[in-house]
Amino acid sequence: MKEVLQVRGLAKAFGGIRAVDGVSFEVREGEILGLIGPNGSGKSTLFNCILGQLAPSAGEVRIDGRAITGMRPCELNRLGVGRTFQLLQVFPQLSVRENLILAGQEHQASMWARLVGRRDAGLGEAADRMIGFFRLSALAQEKAGALSYGQQKLLDVAMAFMAGPRLVLLDEPAGGVNPTMLAGLRERLREINAAQRATFVVIEHNMEFVMSLCTRVLVLDQGRIIAEGPPEAVRADPRVVEAYLGH
Amino acid sequence: MKKILFAIVVCLLIGAPFALKPYGIYLLSLWAVMAIAAIGLNLTLGYAGQISLAQGSFVGIGAYAAALLTTQGWPLWSAFVLAALLSLAIGWLLGYPALRVQHHYLAFVTLSFATLVFLVLRNEEWLTKGVYGISGIPRPTLAGWSAKSPLAFYFFCLAILALVAAATWWLVRSPWGRAFTALRENAVRADSLGVDTRRYTLMAFAIGSALGGVAGVLYAPLVQFIEPTAFNLNLSLNLLLMVMVGGAGHFLGPFLGAAVSVLLPEWLRFSEGLYLILYGAAVMLLMAFCPSGLLGLAERAGRVFK
Repeated sequence: MKEVLQVRGLAKAFGGIRAVDGVSFEVREGEILGLIGPNGSGKSTLFNCILGQLAPSAGEVRIDGRAITGMRPCELNRLGVGRTFQLLQVFPQLSVRENLILAGQEHQASMWARLVGRRDAGLGEAADRMIGFFRLSALAQEKAGALSYGQQKLLDVAMAFMAGPRLVLLDEPAGGVNPTMLAGLRERLREINAAQRATFVVIEHNMEFVMSLCTRVLVLDQGRIIAEGPPEAVRADPRVVEAYLGH
Repeated sequence: MKKILFAIVVCLLIGAPFALKPYGIYLLSLWAVMAIAAIGLNLTLGYAGQISLAQGSFVGIGAYAAALLTTQGWPLWSAFVLAALLSLAIGWLLGYPALRVQHHYLAFVTLSFATLVFLVLRNEEWLTKGVYGISGIPRPTLAGWSAKSPLAFYFFCLAILALVAAATWWLVRSPWGRAFTALRENAVRADSLGVDTRRYTLMAFAIGSALGGVAGVLYAPLVQFIEPTAFNLNLSLNLLLMVMVGGAGHFLGPFLGAAVSVLLPEWLRFSEGLYLILYGAAVMLLMAFCPSGLLGLAERAGRVFK
């Protein structure tokens, strides 16, 4: 199957610490890849290197075969790569609807056309659909900062999908979300994955969430990939157990 | 409710000067001019979150452009074009440091720029006549209608303010305004959603500065004599105060802040030497208990009574 994301020998050092130490993997179209590993194993640094927030020390990243190393986050986003951050990141002073419109507007027309064009950049209906899809309809006009943590988390994830991305990197989407809402989030992600052939890479500590959502799992420890395979096989792998539990 | 209030204020702005002496009309004109500069700073600081201590310098650039051109016989509209373009370009360049530093570091960068502009205005005598200033700045004549009298010039200023306000209203409600707000609230997240934060930062500086330049073009014929100290750091700080006191990031903030800054000194005249102390204490109290300014205070009061 077609590879959406290719990572080759990616490395990032902070002084003497090799946070990411020569990581290579691919993600195929429509796949939901889980990325797990103990705290400090380099998962978020890997995301930041792939997405242009950090400049990698070595290695190469390709999206649909196109080298994107060194591109700025906003350019990458416009190529169809979305993301969420480990810590919640919505715009608290904008309403839920405005947050979603913002998440899509820079993909519409040119900067100048947006200035003279419609206030919602033609995205009002798409935003309302997304709000309905994530069960946030009652809160559409509320300021995002007034929502509960779990609701903001849903909004955060919804924003990553506003522009209809090909690839989305989710950094701990389940963190701090209650079990009922989490089940809902999993269903939404599955539906988007099935409907749009969207490809996901998910960093997560919640093993149940990873095991039930992902089709394949990579395990990172001290900046290197130590195991890879279907969820059940990875969970049983002695190297993985050791990385998590230590000696 | 809001519409009625708006109508009353507009009626007052149009009607009041007929009942005022020339000095009162001058103060209202000054309010309109300062409001334009503060609207510009509110875009840069209030909406896009980029602090600037150099807005007064752009008023200076605009004022000198107007003074130099009109005393040479050029029409005032040519000064509007020149000052707006010049301030836009210089403001864009001033935005570059903001791509590297933020908050108080950015404040220091812009403060240095303000000092630099002041020194140029004072020392480049061949162009600006230095400390002697430029006098005899004429007021414009528009298609046979002379704006020489204080009243006529006030309405000219008010008309420009209305134009600027309408354009800004459009801007902040457009997708650009949304992108500016996103830039202020979380630049990293905005970037990850496709918002070109570099370009928006530069645009915020450029547009805000251009409005400073426009205000300067009106300031010169209003006072008819300009010299460098009018555009030193004091003016920039004063404009910053207008934005903060009115309510940064509120559309009406600059109008209110400029009114406080221009009119309060007059109302506090009875206190003579105590004026600055009273004004300073009031601002300190406001900032300590309501950092979102007078409009933030009004919003809070509105919530309480609802």
